[in-house]
Amino acid sequence: MLNALDKLMLEKVADLHEIPQGAYNIRKNGQGVQRNTTANIDIITKLDKPGIDVIIKPYTKGESVHIPVIVTEENINDVVYNTFEVGEYSDVLIVAGCGVHNSGDLKSQHDGIHTFYVRKGAKLKYVEKHYGQGDGKGQRVLNPQTIIEAEEGAVVELELIQIKGIDQTKRDTEIKLMDNAKLMVTERLLTHKDQVAESNISVELLGVDSSAQIISRSVAQDDSRQEFFFDLAGKNKGRGHIQCDAIIMHHAQVHSTPKISAYHSEAQLVHEAAIGRIESEQLIKLMSMGFSEKEAEDTILSGFLK
Amino acid sequence: MLELQSLSLEIEGSKGFEILKNINLQFHEKKIYVITGPNGGGKSSLAKVIMGVYHPTQGNILLDGQEITTTTITDRARMGIGYAFQSPPRFKGIKVKELLTMAASHNPEKVNICDLLYDVGLCAQDYLNRDVDSSLSGGEMKRIEIATVLARNLKIAVFDEPEAGIDLWSFQKLAETFRNIHEKYDTTIIIISHQERIMELADEIIIMSNGTISAQSERDIILAGILSNEACACSTKCVKGVGQNVECVR
Repeated sequence: MLNALDKLMLEKVADLHEIPQGAYNIRKNGQGVQRNTTANIDIITKLDKPGIDVIIKPYTKGESVHIPVIVTEENINDVVYNTFEVGEYSDVLIVAGCGVHNSGDLKSQHDGIHTFYVRKGAKLKYVEKHYGQGDGKGQRVLNPQTIIEAEEGAVVELELIQIKGIDQTKRDTEIKLMDNAKLMVTERLLTHKDQVAESNISVELLGVDSSAQIISRSVAQDDSRQEFFFDLAGKNKGRGHIQCDAIIMHHAQVHSTPKISAYHSEAQLVHEAAIGRIESEQLIKLMSMGFSEKEAEDTILSGFLK
Repeated sequence: MLELQSLSLEIEGSKGFEILKNINLQFHEKKIYVITGPNGGGKSSLAKVIMGVYHPTQGNILLDGQEITTTTITDRARMGIGYAFQSPPRFKGIKVKELLTMAASHNPEKVNICDLLYDVGLCAQDYLNRDVDSSLSGGEMKRIEIATVLARNLKIAVFDEPEAGIDLWSFQKLAETFRNIHEKYDTTIIIISHQERIMELADEIIIMSNGTISAQSERDIILAGILSNEACACSTKCVKGVGQNVECVR
C-alpha cells in the first residue's frame, strides 16, 4: 500500500522507518489508508466531516499515536478535522507530520484542524513536522490549526517544526490553560527561496498558577518572508514567557509582533524578541577552529534550529 | 616559526591611522611569549592579524618560511594556528560538549573532552550539556574558549587575555595547563596578558604601546624593569604585582 516515496515522507515527518508501533492513522491524498488502534487508544472516523476522533483512555501511560499525512499528488486540497481526547492522568506522545511531494504544476494543499482536550492531570507531547519536496512548479501549502484546552494540572508540550520545503504556510495555534496547567511550545522554522510562513500563537492563562513558555526560533533565507504574532494573555495568577529569535539572511523579511496582556495583578508576562544576522564573531570562531565559512554557517544555523 | 615582517595595519575607513606600525617579530618553536602593554596599544589587533581576522595593510607573515599573509582564517586554522578570543561569542543551541568536539575534530590525537574542561577548572558533569549561550557567565565562557584551543594540536596558539574571569585557584591550574600543552605539542604559545603570574611563564616578554613594540627581551629582564618602575600610580601599599591577582596597566 505504501510505496518508497510514501515511506520517505513518513520518515521525514514522523521519524518512522517502518509502520509505527502503537496507534496510528496514515492519511494519503485525502484518504485514510492504514490504521491501528490499541486497548487504550481508539481512532474513529468522523461521520459529519473528514477527519478522525482519537480517544485516549484515562491513565494511559507511555503510548504514542502517529497520524502522518502524506500528499503525493498535485491539485489536492485536503481539509481534515481531527479531535483528540486525552484522558485524565494519561501520558502520551502524538506525532502529526505532514509531507507533501508535488512534482506537478498545480497546488497541493493540506489544512489540518486539530482540537485537543487535555484532561485533568494528563501529559501530552505533540510534535508536528512539515516537510515538502518535488520539482514541479505546483505550490506546497499547509495551513494547520491547533486548538488546545488544557484542564487542571495538565502538562502540554508542543514541538512545531518546518524546515524548508513548504511554499506557503499559515499556522494558527490557540491554547487555553486552566489551574496549574503548564505549556511549553518550541517552534522551529526555516524558509528559503520565496516561501512565505505565518505563525500566530495565542495563549490564555485562565487558571490559577498556570504557566506558559514559548520559544520560537527561525531562519529566513533568500527572498522568503516570515510573520509571527504572539499573543499572551494573563487572566489569572500565572506566568508566561515568550522568547522569539530570528536569524535573517540575504533578502528575506521577518516581522514579529509581540502582544502581552495582563488582566490580573499577579500575572507575570515577559516577551523577548530579537532579529539579526549571524554574528561575524561566531563565524570567525568556528573558522578559527578549521571550519570553512559555509560549514561554520551551517553549524550555527543547525544548532540554532535544533 | 612564525615571522612578522614590517607589519602595519590601518583601520578601515580612517586612512592614515595605523593600529600596528612596522612590527617585526619572530616566534620560535617551543617557546612561550607574553605580549603586554597598555590597553589600546595594538595587542589584540596583532593577535587578529596572526589568526587572519585582519589582513595587514603592509608587511608579510610567514609560517615555517611559507608566506601566509593573504590566507583565510580557515586556511590558517588548518595550518595549525589557533586563537582564544578576548570576548568569546555565544552560540544558541550548541552545547559545550558539541563545541569542544568540533574544536577537537581536526586533532589526530584522541582528545578527552572531560579532561579539557578539568584543565580549565570546570566540572565536566555540570557543563558538558549546557548550551554555550547567555546562560553561561563571562568567566565560564572564557574558560570554555580556552578549552577550545587546548583541544587542538597547534603550532601556534594565541590567547587574548585568558586570565579575565579566572579565579585564583584555576589561575594556577591554567598556568600549569599552558606549560603542559607547550610540552605535549611543542606549541608556540603567545599570550596577551597584564598578569605577572602569566608573565612568569614566558620565555620572552614583548611590550606593545601605540602600535609598536616598545621593548622585547627575556622574561627576567623585562619583569625586573616592570617591578622597579617607580611610576606606578596605584596607592595601595603592595609589592607591585607580586601575588596580586589584579590587572596592572602600565
